[in-house]
Amino acid sequence: MHRTGELYGQFQTLEQQKETATLGMWVFIVQEILFFGGLFLAYTVNRHAHPTAFGVGGNMLSLKLGGANTVVLIASSLTMAMAVWSATTSKKKLVTLFLIGTLVLGCVFLGVKVVEYKEKFDHHLIPGHGFDISYCSKNAAACGLSAKDAATEVEEIENGLKADPDLNAHAQLYFSLYFGMTGLHALHMVVGAGLLLWLILQAGKGRFDANYNTPVENIGLYWHFVDIVWIYLFPLLYLINRHLA
Amino acid sequence: MIFLALMVGTGMTVWAAYQNFGLFNIVIALGIASIKATLVILFFMHGKYSSRRTKLVIVCGFFWLAIMLGLTLADYSSRHAEPSRSQSRPAPAEQFV
Amino acid sequence: MPREHYLNATYGMRSWLLTTDHKRIALLYLISVTFFFFVGGLFATLIRIHLLTPGGYLVTPEMYNKLFTMHGVAMIFFFLIPSIPAVLGNFLIPIMIGAKDLAYPKINLLSWYIYLVGGAFVLYSFATGGLDTGWTFYTPLSSIYSNSAVTPAVIGIFINGFSSILTGLNFIVTVHTMRAPGMTWMRLPLFVWAHYATSIIFILGTPVIAITLLLAGLERMFNLGFFNPAYGGDPILFQHMFWFYSHPAVYIMILPAMGVISEIIPTFARKPIFGYDFIAASSIGIAVIGFIVWAHHMFLTGQSTYSAVAFSFLTFLVAIPSAVKVFNWTSTLYKGSIAYDTPMLYGLGFIGLFTIGGLTGLFLACLGLDIHLHDTYFVVAHFHYIMVGGAIMGYLGGIHFWWPKITGRMYPESLARIAAIVLFVGFNLTFFPQFILGYLGMPRRYHDYPPEFQVLNVMSTAGASILALGYLLPMIYLTWSMRYGKVAGKNPWPATGLEWTTDSPPLTENFHDTPVVDWEVYDFEHRPELGLSGAISKKPAPAHGDD
Repeated sequence: MHRTGELYGQFQTLEQQKETATLGMWVFIVQEILFFGGLFLAYTVNRHAHPTAFGVGGNMLSLKLGGANTVVLIASSLTMAMAVWSATTSKKKLVTLFLIGTLVLGCVFLGVKVVEYKEKFDHHLIPGHGFDISYCSKNAAACGLSAKDAATEVEEIENGLKADPDLNAHAQLYFSLYFGMTGLHALHMVVGAGLLLWLILQAGKGRFDANYNTPVENIGLYWHFVDIVWIYLFPLLYLINRHLA
Repeated sequence: MIFLALMVGTGMTVWAAYQNFGLFNIVIALGIASIKATLVILFFMHGKYSSRRTKLVIVCGFFWLAIMLGLTLADYSSRHAEPSRSQSRPAPAEQFV
Repeated sequence: MPREHYLNATYGMRSWLLTTDHKRIALLYLISVTFFFFVGGLFATLIRIHLLTPGGYLVTPEMYNKLFTMHGVAMIFFFLIPSIPAVLGNFLIPIMIGAKDLAYPKINLLSWYIYLVGGAFVLYSFATGGLDTGWTFYTPLSSIYSNSAVTPAVIGIFINGFSSILTGLNFIVTVHTMRAPGMTWMRLPLFVWAHYATSIIFILGTPVIAITLLLAGLERMFNLGFFNPAYGGDPILFQHMFWFYSHPAVYIMILPAMGVISEIIPTFARKPIFGYDFIAASSIGIAVIGFIVWAHHMFLTGQSTYSAVAFSFLTFLVAIPSAVKVFNWTSTLYKGSIAYDTPMLYGLGFIGLFTIGGLTGLFLACLGLDIHLHDTYFVVAHFHYIMVGGAIMGYLGGIHFWWPKITGRMYPESLARIAAIVLFVGFNLTFFPQFILGYLGMPRRYHDYPPEFQVLNVMSTAGASILALGYLLPMIYLTWSMRYGKVAGKNPWPATGLEWTTDSPPLTENFHDTPVVDWEVYDFEHRPELGLSGAISKKPAPAHGDD
């Protein structure tokens, strides 16, 4: 097995090796754009067809948690960028520190997602047999809603049903896409977390400096991409119809 | 500094979502998201300092995504409206426009 | 034969199953794609025997649905798409550009294993109930109503998609960063251009089929409703997403074959190829335009006239770069010194059959005609002319052309020529009657047909039996030649191209010293050393060539 930083057999120079690694990561990211893109297409077509249900569904998501997660993830992109900068300026201790920061923030994000998913489960919003968009409007106490919120909820469901008698079925579509898109995103974050762990171990051994920092840079690219996906997911899933709420 | 810009952007998106701009809500939301994404690509991912080849690769990725979304939506937007056929009665308010 | 080469460098199963040598990986793929070719071929045989008589006596209608589906899935995803890129592309691209290996040799091996895992899922699906949705998996049949083993099949194809994606990624990066000094873009063999264009399609298209099949599978498993009208979903969305990949996929299947032909024709006409720049550009053109024509598979789904006209026009447009290639190949033949070796027979056959297949595509692109021809045997004949008459003949031509390089031995030439002719005759007898059947209105994917179509169906089945012979013969004599074939030198044809300057079979590192390229591609005149020792200048290696 080759140790990181050495010249692999198929290459002529280290420069070529670095260039290859970076280009490869960008091409991989392009492929990921199209992969997520398919889901965005499905989302677009379905939202266009069922705007009411998507609005109702979107309002069931916690803006606080989603917004906080957005801040957390962008912050983790910042720490990742700082890690890359530290590597290129040979500040080895900082590299490890910033990478750990990125991983921690990433785990916070995933933790919040777990909380959100659990909440959906409790509110009967998991697509499948038990799905019921009007569960919280009928059981305000079980959902932990205040009296005012419960009233808003009831009104929203009523208006929704008037505009779209199949509100429940269409809202289930929305939630299928919600779980599909955030789930796929979370999966990519888990992979990213794994990669970060490996990076931290390597950085701890002082492997990265101005001469050699390719893995930090490339895993950074991956991490930033995952951040960009969330930058689009957040408004599309959480902010559909807030102005009418 | 870029981070601050991104935070401002996030704040703006949330604020804008609570305003009623009608059709433009989605345009504004996606617009701000795109600005944020561009900032991340240019600065966090060093897109601004990358080779021409890398820039071409990035542009191609988004261009192809645009083709997929654009041409599919072109088909949908030019089809005739069909009321939804589900178990309950047809819903005039909900159509493929 | 050289004393040490990639085949005898190391021994044992582990050295093959854990190899990172692109040449060995190519051979691993050769074995696996051939296996799936047999699987698909078995189903084809059953289909053609069943269609000998109207009334459908061989299998039940449900079984017939499974036969054509499994034939399609096995052939398209596990034979045609990987065949030339994973076998010939893997073997040749590094050598053609003067590199020691691909950019990511371990990922190359991973691609093969991913292919095997995907294949295993699909074989499991075949064995436990089969698949009856058509290779197109249209919803809601595939996502709700089918009682066949859809889920393992879509998982298998999903996984297999990543094999393609990683291969494409490997090729793109390799061509950008691993070229030898002096190997500029415009000196690249057209085979490499073709694979570069194919890799663009791998990267941009395959993820979409992956997510599409994933959604269909999830819908089936959890009753979700993306494509189910009862829940507000839309089956047409599936078709859009499916064809966004699957149309470019057909260009994945043909572009590499065109690359092979672009190597064979100049070699056996002893002339530089006509219009190199245009052929290179047309490869990229086909890849790009191929992404904006997909809805021509959906003309009968209720599209608006505007949408249909746009896609019809674009489909006519995509024929242009293909036609450019055909004209250029033909012009290369003009005033050339033609040798009718086996690869050339396949090459000439390709040009003719691809032209027929391509032109009949234009019939289908025509909106009015498509209303009558859609879902008939005309379509079946059209795509078999391209995929079998085109892609498979390109594949076999390439296998024969590079066989001496891969194995160090020649196949038996006379027998090979006979086999090529048998294949050509069998192919045309199988599929030409299908154009007529389609025109007369025989629908595809039907287990039964009116008695007046029987003669043509019998002709088609007879042709299929001859075609099968045409496939079996090479499998036999190529295997035989690995031990008993005449030893080939470095450059038996002779041909230009870096791969012909190195040993047959090559060293594991491909070259003794890094080549430095200072000649133009397909240049027969200024390479007097061709045909003899194939020696090239061995200057010390500076930094690799820039973009």
